[in-house]
Amino acid sequence: MVKEPIEIRKEIFNLLSQIPDPEIPVLNIVEMGIVRDAYIVNGKLKVNITPTYSGCPAMKPIEDDIVKLLEESGYQASEVNLVYYPPWTTDWLTHEAKHKLEEYGIAPPQNTDESHDLNYQFTGILCPFCNSADTRLTSVFGSTSCKSLHYCNACQQPFEHFKCS
Amino acid sequence: MKSDKNMISRLALWMGDDALIIGHRLSEWCGHAPILEEDIALANIALDCLGQANSWLKLAAEYGYPNKTEDDLAFFREAGDFTNLQLLEQPNGDFAKTIVRQFLFDALRILFYEKLFLFADENVAGISGRALKEIKYHFRHSRSWLIRLGDGTPESHMRIIRALEELWEFTNEMFEYDETGARLASLDLIPGTESLKENWYILISSAFREAGIDIPGQDRYFSTGSRNGMHTEYLGHLLAEMQITARSFPGAKW
Repeated sequence: MVKEPIEIRKEIFNLLSQIPDPEIPVLNIVEMGIVRDAYIVNGKLKVNITPTYSGCPAMKPIEDDIVKLLEESGYQASEVNLVYYPPWTTDWLTHEAKHKLEEYGIAPPQNTDESHDLNYQFTGILCPFCNSADTRLTSVFGSTSCKSLHYCNACQQPFEHFKCS
Repeated sequence: MKSDKNMISRLALWMGDDALIIGHRLSEWCGHAPILEEDIALANIALDCLGQANSWLKLAAEYGYPNKTEDDLAFFREAGDFTNLQLLEQPNGDFAKTIVRQFLFDALRILFYEKLFLFADENVAGISGRALKEIKYHFRHSRSWLIRLGDGTPESHMRIIRALEELWEFTNEMFEYDETGARLASLDLIPGTESLKENWYILISSAFREAGIDIPGQDRYFSTGSRNGMHTEYLGHLLAEMQITARSFPGAKW
C-alpha cells in the first residue's frame, strides 16, 4: 500500500526529531524549525531544511546527521536541500521548545521588537534561574550566533539569552 | 527569463563580494580586539557576513556561472574580478576605524536588505530576510560604539574623526551602480541611488549628531568603479592571504 504524502511527512519528522541541535542539544532540529518539509519524488526522499543564522556552522553537521539517520532507517537515496524562503525565525520555536530552553538555563526569545526595532535596548530579559527582570546586557554577541550575554543583578548569575530573530 | 537570472547573478555577486571582504577583514580581529566581549562580537559579525557571502555567491554561481561553486568564486578570482566596495577592503586600522567602516556599511545594508526582502525571486527574498535581522544587530552594535567613542574621551573622539576622514572618500560609490545595478534600479527591484543616498544620510546623521561628530562634505576626491572591478592596493594583499590555502591545495578538505 502506498503511503499518503502527509503520512510520510509525519513519519520523517518523527524520525528526524531524534537529531539534537549540535549547539543547543536540549532541542531537536524539528523543534528548532530547521526541518521544513519531507516528500517523495520518483521514489526518492527529499528533505528541505532552512538555515537558522546565515553563518551558522551547525548546518553542515545537521545535514550529515540527517543523511546518516535516513540511511540507517532504510531510506537509501535521500536528498537534503537547503531552502532560504521563508527565512527562519525564532517564532517557529514551539512553546515546549522555549520551556526546554529555560529549563536548560538559556532565556528563551521574549520580545519580537528585538529583531526589528533599531532602538531596542535589551532591558528586562527574564533571568532563567530566578525569573527576575532586574538583568542587564553584557554583550549582544555570545558563544553562538543565536545567543546574547546577560547578567542577573538579583541572583548575580551570568546567563545566555536566545536572541529573538 | 535567462537575462533575469543573469541580472540576479550579478546582484548576488556584489552582495556576496561585499559580505565576503568585510567578513574577512573583521575576522582579522579575532584574538586582537581590545576586550573579550568585542573579540567575540567582531568574530560573530564576521561569521554572519561570511555566511551571507556563502549564500549570495552560491546563488551567483547557480544563476550565472555554470559549473562553478561559491568556493570557486571566492578563492579563484583575481582582484579585478571582485565587485566589492573599496570601503570594505580598507585595512582595519584601530578599533575606531573598524567601527566607522562597519557603521557606514551596516546602514547601507539595512536599506538594501529591506528592499531585496520584497524580491519576487524566493532565494533573493529568503537570503535577504534572514540577513536583515542579522544586520540590525550589527548596526545597533556599530552605532552604539560610534556614539560611545565619538562622545567619549578627547582621544576616542579624535580617533573617530580621523577614521571618518580616512574613509569618507570611499562612501560615494555606495550610490554608484554598474549597468546591471542601473537596470535593476530602473525596474525598482533595488533602491534607486538618489533615495538610497537620502535614506542612508538619515540613518547615519542621527548617530553622528549624538556622537558630536560633523559629517564631512562633498568637496574632496571620491573613489569610483568598485562594481566594475576597480580597487585599492589593499584588496590584492587581502586576497593573497584569504586565497592561499585554497590555491595551494585545491580541493583540500578537513
